[in-house]
Amino acid sequence: MTRPVLEVSGISKGFPGVQALDDVAFRLLPGEIHALMGENGAGKSTLIKVLTGVHEADAGTVVVGGAKASIKGPLHAQRLGISTVYQEVNLCPNLSVAENIFIGREPRRFGRIDWKAVRRRSAELLARLDLDLDVTAQLGSHSLAVQQLVAIVRAVDLEAKVLILDEPTSSLDRGEVARLFTVMRRLREDGVAILFVSHFLEQIYEVCDRVTVLRGGRLVGEYPIGELSRFELVAKMTGQELAALEELDEESPEAVRGERLFALEGVGRTGAIAPVDLDLYAGEVVGLAGLLGSGRSELARLVFGADAADSGRVRCGDELVSLRTPRAAIERGVAFCPEDRKGDGLVMDLTVEENIILALQAARGWTRPLGQKRRQELVGEYIRALRIHPPHPHTPVKNLSGGNQQKVLLARWLITRPKLLILDEPTRGIDIGAKTEIQRLVVSLAGEGMGVVFISAELEEVLRISHKVEVLRDRRLVTELANDGTLTPERILQTIANGAADR
Amino acid sequence: MTTALSGLARRAPFTLRRRHVPVLVTFGLFLLAFLTGALRYENFGTGQVFLDLFIDNSFLIVVAVGMTFVILAGGIDLSVGSVVALSGMLCAIGTMRLGLPAPLVVLLVLLIGTGFGTVMGYMIHVFEIQPFIATLAGMFLARGVCLTISENQISIDDAAFDAVALNSLALPGGLRLSYGAVIALAVVAVAFYALQWTRTGRNVYALGGSEQSSVLMGLPAGRTKIQVYAISGFCSALGGVLFALYTLSGDPTHAIGMELDAIAAVVIGGTVLTGGSGYLIGSVLGVLVLGVIKTILSFEGTLSSWWTRIAIGVLLFGFIALQRLIGTRRGSRTG
Repeated sequence: MTRPVLEVSGISKGFPGVQALDDVAFRLLPGEIHALMGENGAGKSTLIKVLTGVHEADAGTVVVGGAKASIKGPLHAQRLGISTVYQEVNLCPNLSVAENIFIGREPRRFGRIDWKAVRRRSAELLARLDLDLDVTAQLGSHSLAVQQLVAIVRAVDLEAKVLILDEPTSSLDRGEVARLFTVMRRLREDGVAILFVSHFLEQIYEVCDRVTVLRGGRLVGEYPIGELSRFELVAKMTGQELAALEELDEESPEAVRGERLFALEGVGRTGAIAPVDLDLYAGEVVGLAGLLGSGRSELARLVFGADAADSGRVRCGDELVSLRTPRAAIERGVAFCPEDRKGDGLVMDLTVEENIILALQAARGWTRPLGQKRRQELVGEYIRALRIHPPHPHTPVKNLSGGNQQKVLLARWLITRPKLLILDEPTRGIDIGAKTEIQRLVVSLAGEGMGVVFISAELEEVLRISHKVEVLRDRRLVTELANDGTLTPERILQTIANGAADR
Repeated sequence: MTTALSGLARRAPFTLRRRHVPVLVTFGLFLLAFLTGALRYENFGTGQVFLDLFIDNSFLIVVAVGMTFVILAGGIDLSVGSVVALSGMLCAIGTMRLGLPAPLVVLLVLLIGTGFGTVMGYMIHVFEIQPFIATLAGMFLARGVCLTISENQISIDDAAFDAVALNSLALPGGLRLSYGAVIALAVVAVAFYALQWTRTGRNVYALGGSEQSSVLMGLPAGRTKIQVYAISGFCSALGGVLFALYTLSGDPTHAIGMELDAIAAVVIGGTVLTGGSGYLIGSVLGVLVLGVIKTILSFEGTLSSWWTRIAIGVLLFGFIALQRLIGTRRGSRTG
């Protein structure tokens, strides 16, 4: 067996309140494409950051090319032959393609940068990978896929022996992914070791040779890809969570429709969404389906008063109510978890406890602070109920994984005991395990009599938990489909595509 | 492969790109303003009026050069006006009160200004203080020191200063250019070279484009950040010396608000305030545009000089809107 170009063992790394990596070992052979798999919070990002010197490991050894190394920073990692291309391309969009490839090591003549040589050599490097670009154009004027390839070209020309690709495919289309894979295979032939991180199982099986699986900061194992079925891989990534996923699939959502909470009558907002009639009941999950920009989020924002409606009215019981500001909506028992949990929802620097308590405290008013003991009880209860990990109330939220952050946001609203809960893409970007937990939670909340509006781009998910599905298209509510067991994702898709079905 | 390379070889040395548009607009604006003046007033459209723009704004050109480095790197330097005043005061004190030889005084002033900028850059980098705050502190500090040295104007009556200030370079056609303006043009030339042809200069652009990327690409982002404030400090000090030459005095209330003029010139010159995009030549043109407006108003005679401010305000709005338009169009292409 060939000697590994990179071998780490016993790597541990902790952040306040989180043990991100715990005694992880990993090796990378020359001329292989190696997948690093794991759910959010498994420690993939932290491992990559240790390998690139962004974080320093608390314990463990890193051996590069047979020699022990302590990687001090990205520059040092590059000198050791480890280059990384990140999901969000870390190049300078304001500089030209050629300059991005050579900056920091431009060829010079008589002390000044030889721009001709920079352009010629970068065109040559791109041509070696069959890329024909205008190297003098600004990098930012090219698509993300091309930018990634440019980043790879830069990395390879830095004489990278190890190339780390951190979720490079998440924003690429099919053709772009194929092109990336061609480049990766060519580099493999040249003896470059590639560490490939992706959430897409199909891609892993298409291009990788071996796979290392992490879970909860620990090493699960290292396997040749041919000896591991997709099912086994998912099982190893999720642990026992998979059983839970199947369990939920069997549960069919049963409508226990309670009293009518709100009736929207022609509620709309010019430029955001055309007037909508919609009844929201206690104990019912309403799924909003539609493409991005179809008006899903806009409708949710109107109900919560995040944007004020400019037409229609809202009835609560027989009474006409105004939901024109979030404050008014909160008073009527509406809660809203926005799509952008980092920007609109959570305060990243505050702890789990502080974030959870925020909305309840705001509802009580600042003159009536919650007692220390009551706070701890409440927060502890929700951390347990939602299985927030790590279960420490004093961990800063920024140290949590995406799925757990989402749970904290959810806990914040649940603690105020809302009548209607609006969830905008609550499961986006979080792993299968956490996704299942959130779905299960939504179902059980509805069972307890809460009304839920659920927005998701994944139709399977909408179908799994909704009692009825509202289909939106081009900023208009097209139709309402009852989820009676015969509804399929294909039918919803067709409705979205045709948009012809009238109510 | 061969097609790619031959395509490169055939490329014209200069192709018009969207990022060049703001500078060209500024250039067009300058021409328009100058021609308007030339058509409207007698004696306006002469070479000397044009050269006077450099002479009367030599200090602002130098200060704007330093400001360009800082803004390109994504920062801001509010201390430049105060440092200009402080440098003028130190020139006056050094030659008149302490009786030191003028070259030594100038050397010390330049060292002090550079050191002042370096310290601010160091604070901004190491303690991660926002540039706005760090240089605001620097602005108060330098102005305070000025007023502590003297609350009154101090005239400079030094042989060397007089010699440089009162003589000028004779050009063909009976035109004259002050030595201060010559120095300013030399600074522009050196800075242009540094930004376009040296690694340090390119690191400034990279830093302004994305600090995170700069670090991850292994560029010396921290060092570059300190450097731009040191350069700005040096330019402010040199601007102060030129201002002292121009007025032959040091005054603690000189150059109040000059930092804003410099920022305005840089922005009118097409440099984006968030950094990473812009050209030094644009800043020089920005200063000239401001200068030509002042000149027109002085030729007009009856208009209050505060109209200059109104014109600057209108121009700033226009250019920020222009950048926004170009920026969003570029953004939509990336998608």
